[in-house]
Amino acid sequence: MSIFEYNGSALVAMVGKNCFAIASDRRFGVQLQTIATDFQRIYKIHDKVFIGLSGLATDAQTVYQRLVFRHKLYQLREERDMKPETFASLVSALLYEKRFGPYFCQPVIAGLGDEDKPFICTMDSIGAKELAKDFVVAGTASESLYGACEAMFKPDMEPEELFETISQALLSSVDRDCLSGWGGHVYVVTPTEVTERILKGRMD
Amino acid sequence: MECVFGLVGKDFTLVVADTSAVHSILVHKSNEDKIMLLDSHKLMGASGEAGDRVQFTEYIQKNVALYQFRNGISLTTAAAANFTRGELATALRKNPYSVNILLAGYDKETGPSLYYIDYIASVHKVDKAAFGYGSYFSLAMMDRHYRGDMTVEEAVDLADKCIMEIRSRLVVAPPNFVIKIVDKDGAREYAWRESVKDVPVPAA
Repeated sequence: MSIFEYNGSALVAMVGKNCFAIASDRRFGVQLQTIATDFQRIYKIHDKVFIGLSGLATDAQTVYQRLVFRHKLYQLREERDMKPETFASLVSALLYEKRFGPYFCQPVIAGLGDEDKPFICTMDSIGAKELAKDFVVAGTASESLYGACEAMFKPDMEPEELFETISQALLSSVDRDCLSGWGGHVYVVTPTEVTERILKGRMD
Repeated sequence: MECVFGLVGKDFTLVVADTSAVHSILVHKSNEDKIMLLDSHKLMGASGEAGDRVQFTEYIQKNVALYQFRNGISLTTAAAANFTRGELATALRKNPYSVNILLAGYDKETGPSLYYIDYIASVHKVDKAAFGYGSYFSLAMMDRHYRGDMTVEEAVDLADKCIMEIRSRLVVAPPNFVIKIVDKDGAREYAWRESVKDVPVPAA
């Protein structure tokens, strides 16, 4: 079994009209056994940048702690928050530092940049950035997620419709993956507010 | 195989561990205490490679004590869990410890808590958890009977059900178990469940 499939995860981020949504599953497992069904995979870096970390849970926790440290230092020095494009470059550099002994996690970064333009990107475990205009996916359920998102995505969706679309894409994809699921966690972020919702899907 | 499990009750946390010290097919002793008292209100149940288990848990215990001496106030359970995770994570890519840990504690402000800490340093706050082959039986038993507000008697009854299940269904079931509890009055040994008593040898 691949090290990326040890814990199991599913992550997706989508762009809407002046907003974005980022969603994850909630399973924390060790191979075939489920340990917990309330695992947090998406973290807020600041009001307008969110990062989701899929892959090996221990590395996701380590990478998150290192990123928070770097961002807090940035805030102290620059007296402002990081732009999502800058943050993505930071994550990429941090991962490439460990090129020959990598962190086994794949991040999904979503944020509102200048003039609140939505920004999403994903990268592999050694920091190869993949920018997209519509959606990005990561995790053990990524192949199903690609299919579901491609079918359901429309450009310029309003926050409510975006929430529905991303939720349906996530739930239908994790239902085909035994290593992810047990509900969903969806953040919909507009320039003025952040809405966090928990989804109840198939609990198996 | 080593069995450790734990659960959070109304205002206490319970940790149960088997007490066999095994080398290949030989049982060295059947009254080995695998649940260490970290400080007055914390318990650390550990399972894994024997040397690592003792050395690592003692190291954590002494560092928790050092913090208290230096700062005049005890660590919270969450802080102790994160410190433990940090030590495991730092050692992971150099000289990994093969120890799985259940950290149980009681804090005045936040009440009882239980932390699941993997040997690869994934940490998660849980209501019930288990390690080892016994986990297949004890987790299933706890999933069926656990509620959020159990009294000590109910929790020990559930622990007994788990022990019964392990004894009857696990081929290499350990004969003896120790039950420890931590609540507002502190961490202490609650009971032993022995089916094989070590015979004391008279001195020569």
